[in-house]
Amino acid sequence: MKREPPQSIADYGPLFFPAGMLLLFFVVPFGTMIAVSFFQRQEGGFYTPAFVFSNYERFLSAFFGGVLGFSLMLAVTVAICCVVLALPFTYLLTKLTRRLQVFWLVALLSVLSLSEVIIGFAWSTLLSRTAGISNLLVRTGLLDQPVALFPSFGAVLTGMVYQALPYTILVLYPAIIRLDPTLMEAARTLGSSPIRAFFNVLVPALRNTIMATLIMVFIFALGSYLLPQILGRPQHWTLSVLITDQAIYQSNMPFAAAMAVFLVLVTLGLVALTLLVGRKGEKA
Amino acid sequence: MIHWLKRFYFLGIGLFLALPLIVVAGVSVNAKQTLAFPPQGFSLGWYGEIFTNPEWRAALVASVVLATTSAALAVLIALPLSWFLWRRIAPWANIFQVLGIAPFTLPPVITALGLLTFWATTGFYGQPWTAVIGHAIFFVTLPLVTLSLGFSAIDRSFVEAAATMGANDRTIFRTIVLPLILPYLVSGYAFAFVLSLNEYIVAYMTVGFTLETLPIKIFNALRYGYTPTMASVTVLFVFIAALIFSLVARFGDLPKLLGAMASDEP
Repeated sequence: MKREPPQSIADYGPLFFPAGMLLLFFVVPFGTMIAVSFFQRQEGGFYTPAFVFSNYERFLSAFFGGVLGFSLMLAVTVAICCVVLALPFTYLLTKLTRRLQVFWLVALLSVLSLSEVIIGFAWSTLLSRTAGISNLLVRTGLLDQPVALFPSFGAVLTGMVYQALPYTILVLYPAIIRLDPTLMEAARTLGSSPIRAFFNVLVPALRNTIMATLIMVFIFALGSYLLPQILGRPQHWTLSVLITDQAIYQSNMPFAAAMAVFLVLVTLGLVALTLLVGRKGEKA
Repeated sequence: MIHWLKRFYFLGIGLFLALPLIVVAGVSVNAKQTLAFPPQGFSLGWYGEIFTNPEWRAALVASVVLATTSAALAVLIALPLSWFLWRRIAPWANIFQVLGIAPFTLPPVITALGLLTFWATTGFYGQPWTAVIGHAIFFVTLPLVTLSLGFSAIDRSFVEAAATMGANDRTIFRTIVLPLILPYLVSGYAFAFVLSLNEYIVAYMTVGFTLETLPIKIFNALRYGYTPTMASVTVLFVFIAALIFSLVARFGDLPKLLGAMASDEP
């Protein structure tokens, strides 16, 4: 049986159900959302079909600019922290025995699949006054009395790095495992220390991978929604939080939709950038 | 010295990943209704609470039913699609592969809001079954990626031999293709199941006011009254995830599976 183009309509049969589901429940909702972003909002949470730009004009406010700036800054910080932590770790991971690698992969997947609610709850307990690490510091005499370490920016950042670190490692893993091992061996034979070889050989060889990973973790962090709410103060809320807040609590669906469309555009722009970086890497 | 540095680094990352869970595990065995750590007294009562307290039990049942059905639907969408892409030359059909991967790549709030506006417009907002469709679409990426990996690993000469001996598509699928891709099918289902169990925002925005899944229940408990049951549920979830991924690793090639998964994403 050779691979061949579909001959008759029956050959397309298997495609009907998946294509229908994806069109009806992803493309149509997506289109609905775009349409609603141009609708006119009515008092009391309703909206009527229209074609207005007023929902997008609200972006021009200082408040919205502040939230957008904060979201982008937070996601960039998370991405940098994660890649800096994950790069040496993933390299060391690929050098372990297969058994240990599988153990770590299972652990990383388990943490990665954890609900944001659970991560938020776990960190809020760890940083709390009654059950947190500050009690440990009191016992060792470093602190006089236990303190609550959240809500704060540090708590939001820690929680989000916790959430994104397994993702970062799993994104870097295949690229690093496929890396030619003779590169590092050559560096070592020529007398460079492992740390120097890491920075002078491995990091430049992975330049494109690192760039692509940074962008992917950035997008991942941009989607974080509960952690800023659980571990931060209202000034630490991100665009994702604001979208939900407008949609559910303020009942302003058109504005929420406009913000979501904007978020998609930012994300798609970044995905395009990732692909571009990847393509350049292939040519080089 | 380098050797010790390595150990120290692994220990550091391991501790960072484990510390919050250790504290939560400690909190979950408190004797009284307090979130103290180190725990005061020892009791496994909060684990019993998940199954005996009607509210927590209802949330657990809702989550398990949602995860079981939505992962099954995701596989039902992914299997014919990846089979078609493997069997036929139809480059334009790759668009559906992209559509399947898109919801998982975009920030989750987008898919959630899209579905919310869609269900609100069509008048089904709040129906529990809408969450099944929502999760199936959101997580269809996972079986799609594992299955396309599975199909690409099939040696086409097996299939050609069967076709030469007169087997039709249906027989080939049943006797050759299905047994070969079964591990990939199961791991795709497992990934979708675990992630659906933990998913919050899509469920919250589509059925948040009518169906309380466990993540929604934990979030509500965070707001309106802490109880150690939240901690015991968390430990249960970590345990389930670790168990399922260990099984996937036991019966499949986890490094290979992950190697392909990341490269399929943009």
